[in-house]
Amino acid sequence: MDAAGSRHYPEKPEKVYLFGTCLIDLFCPEAGMNAVRLLEREGIEVLFPADQTCCGQPAHSSGFPEQARAVALAQFRLFPEAWPVIVPSGSCAGTMRRHYPAMFADDPRLLAQATALAERVFEFSEFLVHVARVTLGDQGGPARVALHTSCAARREMGTHEHARSLLAQLAAVEVVLHEHESECCGFGGTFSLKHPAISSAMAGDKVDALKETGAETFVSADCGCMLSLNHTLQKRRDGFQGQHLATFLWQRTGGEGGRR
Amino acid sequence: MSARDRILQRLRAAPQGKAPLAPDVPAFYDALGAAAPAGTRASRIALFCEKMAFWHGEVVRVTRDKWPQKLHELCLAKGVRSLLYGPQSEHAAALVAAGIDGLKPYDRPVGEWKKALFEDTDAGLTATRGGIAETGTLIVWPDASEPRLMSLVPPIHFALLDADQLHDTLFDAMRVQRWSDGMPTNALLVSGPSKTADIQVTLAYGAHGPKELVVLLLVNEEEMQ
Amino acid sequence: MNSQPLSFVPASEFKQRAAAAVADDHLRKSFRGAMDFLINKRAAQFPDPAALESQRSLAEHIRKYSLARLPELLEQLEQKLVANGVQVHWAENAEEACAIIVGIARRHSTKLMVKGKSMVSEEVELNHAMADAGIEALESDMGEYIVQLDGEKPSHIIMPAIHKTREQIARLFAEKVPGAAYTDSVDELIGIGRAVLREKFMSAEVGLSGVNFAVAETGTLCLVENEGNGRMCTTVPDVHIAITGIEKVVEKLEHVPPLFGLLTRSATGQAITTYFNMISGPRKPDEKDGPGEMHLVLVDNGRTQAYSDEQMRSTLQCIRCGACMNHCPVYTRIGGHAYGTTYPGPIGEIISPHMLGLAATHVLPTASSLCGACGEVCPVRIPIPELLVRLREEAQHDARPGHAPMVGQGAAKSRLADAIWSGWAAMYTRPALYRAFGWLATRFRALTPPMQGGWTVSRTPMKPARRTLHELMAERE
Repeated sequence: MDAAGSRHYPEKPEKVYLFGTCLIDLFCPEAGMNAVRLLEREGIEVLFPADQTCCGQPAHSSGFPEQARAVALAQFRLFPEAWPVIVPSGSCAGTMRRHYPAMFADDPRLLAQATALAERVFEFSEFLVHVARVTLGDQGGPARVALHTSCAARREMGTHEHARSLLAQLAAVEVVLHEHESECCGFGGTFSLKHPAISSAMAGDKVDALKETGAETFVSADCGCMLSLNHTLQKRRDGFQGQHLATFLWQRTGGEGGRR
Repeated sequence: MSARDRILQRLRAAPQGKAPLAPDVPAFYDALGAAAPAGTRASRIALFCEKMAFWHGEVVRVTRDKWPQKLHELCLAKGVRSLLYGPQSEHAAALVAAGIDGLKPYDRPVGEWKKALFEDTDAGLTATRGGIAETGTLIVWPDASEPRLMSLVPPIHFALLDADQLHDTLFDAMRVQRWSDGMPTNALLVSGPSKTADIQVTLAYGAHGPKELVVLLLVNEEEMQ
Repeated sequence: MNSQPLSFVPASEFKQRAAAAVADDHLRKSFRGAMDFLINKRAAQFPDPAALESQRSLAEHIRKYSLARLPELLEQLEQKLVANGVQVHWAENAEEACAIIVGIARRHSTKLMVKGKSMVSEEVELNHAMADAGIEALESDMGEYIVQLDGEKPSHIIMPAIHKTREQIARLFAEKVPGAAYTDSVDELIGIGRAVLREKFMSAEVGLSGVNFAVAETGTLCLVENEGNGRMCTTVPDVHIAITGIEKVVEKLEHVPPLFGLLTRSATGQAITTYFNMISGPRKPDEKDGPGEMHLVLVDNGRTQAYSDEQMRSTLQCIRCGACMNHCPVYTRIGGHAYGTTYPGPIGEIISPHMLGLAATHVLPTASSLCGACGEVCPVRIPIPELLVRLREEAQHDARPGHAPMVGQGAAKSRLADAIWSGWAAMYTRPALYRAFGWLATRFRALTPPMQGGWTVSRTPMKPARRTLHELMAERE
């Protein structure tokens, strides 16, 4: 496994594939669209294979490897060209990059395909920093923002510093650290359904810590964490809400006209 | 078939992939040593004193000829009325000659005088086999002349440590002293007085063993400060 | 009599216990505070991430190497110990382990056995067996003494009484320790424990200890401790019985320093403990103290099951530092008792199924968000999250082809779950069906159920967007 920082990054490509993820597809498509817009603004053509569904993670982490493999396999053939595959979610990117090879370890042919695909998978913020090498021109007013980095981004993809470095490019944005910053928000996919009491306690603590910073909003590059925290806040009738990193960056940099 | 045989049989029946090579522990420590500035006698003494102080151990530097006198002073200062020692030990004669009051020889099996040992002994003196600078640690190998409980039961443990016997790391000490050639019935590493943090992670000293550890560090005249 | 409740409570009640624990503000605060303290102490010991990784690599290598040679090393250990005058016993399960120890104690007409800290003795429920045999088994580690005094079990493998405040312990001592006046000074409380236990060390016929590392080449049992009670238990009574899991053996003495250094730094953020006690045999004829008789009980209790699978074997790399629980956001919220098993937290979730069977424990591997904090701090690099996923699979399916079934294999199998995941896979492998579902879900978003199981306990319901990303992207064409 390559540790954070040791990955070899390619030159900026002409085209990329976007793997939108099932959560973004159904619950926060705007985050996906903003990721596309940011990439296109960098002069990169975004290909969105219409047959994509899900990386297979929910079944994989629930102990249903056969179903996870079937769904993962259905994604393999959707990215035939050698373009990078951009995933705007740390945990889905982690599944494709880290777990696909292990999931197909017993079949040399599929293992080769899984490994080849895994090599091309980039988490969205990682891609912006290391491959697209974006320069962001902040066009918004002064803002205090907290950042929640997903556990998968942190530990499987080593990409938690990437969101931070993107936000650091925004001149008027102050990123504030919250207590227990590296701690899980309690989402954990089916964990939040199976163990609601524990998951709620974790989400509650995370929300409290984010709010205590006095930030106006929080940003996350992981849709699952963001939804879990936003819905927790909504249940508390709290107006404090988080945004996907792609959406935040797109808005801060002025949308279409906001190049650099 | 015995439990032993069944357990071993199950272990042997388990699939084994490629056997890992033996870990090269010496190479690991050699590489660490090569990367750091070489430890000198002075740096080892300084580091040992710093670390032992961190563990709440008291280090008293003294020259080889003056330690009995220094120990006498320390006993008076700490109000030690009885000092346990090993009458067959190398330093027994010097100790007796120093005229310390209340010298108490550990001269019979513990079963014959457990209560007196536990309840009526203020301090014990033992030799050490050396020390470890990195962690501020004493190497104590109890034996027939200095039994195990001398460094455990009395509230104060005085330990003689020759600065010549300071090693950089535990691994170095093991290697230089060739521990793997044969271990005694009991060997100890001691880093400070007994302690516990079991009540609300608050440190308290003297949990079950000594409340004080005083190291008489035997140094050369010029190393006294 | 210091009888303790059975450590194992039904897994079916895990969720209720967890819910009660998270609702207990006091418990939440004390665990959070204590875990933060331990996390920070550990972090201070590892200022250089690269150096830590090289230490972890070596430690992992030593553990994997030792496990690969486990049967030979156990035989070598036994041979050396016997040559050193130690009697070696083997126990396949908890009952056998207890029977061996009760037998030894009875041969010596034991009334009192003092115990140094041993999680394996907790695992085999030794205190119960001793009580049944009419022999007092007294814990002498301060934390263990405190929880035993209150009829409880340890809530942490390194800090047994971490769930208790100073004030609770003060009241407990005043109530339960004969002649003790009320005090809430930590020094005075420890002083009370010291005085009580010193009497016991003197009168006990048998001392029991665990083992941190067993060295095959010299037949040496290593014990790690700060208090000195371990030394008391292994030195003062006439008989010393050590009990350990079969996985604790290493080949050489030189394998000990890297593991020991990581153990104490990972556990409590100490560069070393006060005592490192290396015992290679009973008292020799000319020696004046130390036990005249010494025993080692090697316990399987499910370890060979973990060993029989190459992936799950890594569970046995564990050196019991507790860093995984200190860093676990779930453990921090619910504490150790909620798990209901001897070993709580992430290591407990992966080892308990081997000891107690999946039927009793299948809920435990699900009690993790798979955040990965445990695997990240594990000094011997046990891939805990991967093992949790594997156990979730084993609990819900028959054994993989060519693999022996685990005890309780498939205990959580459910037709409903099978149907849900098969249906899920059917939809997610059929893009047209998937898009149709997206179309319907977005068009009928107003009909989204307001109650969504566990999700809506503390969250508003998830509601599909007006259009899926698929549609939005298709519209751009």
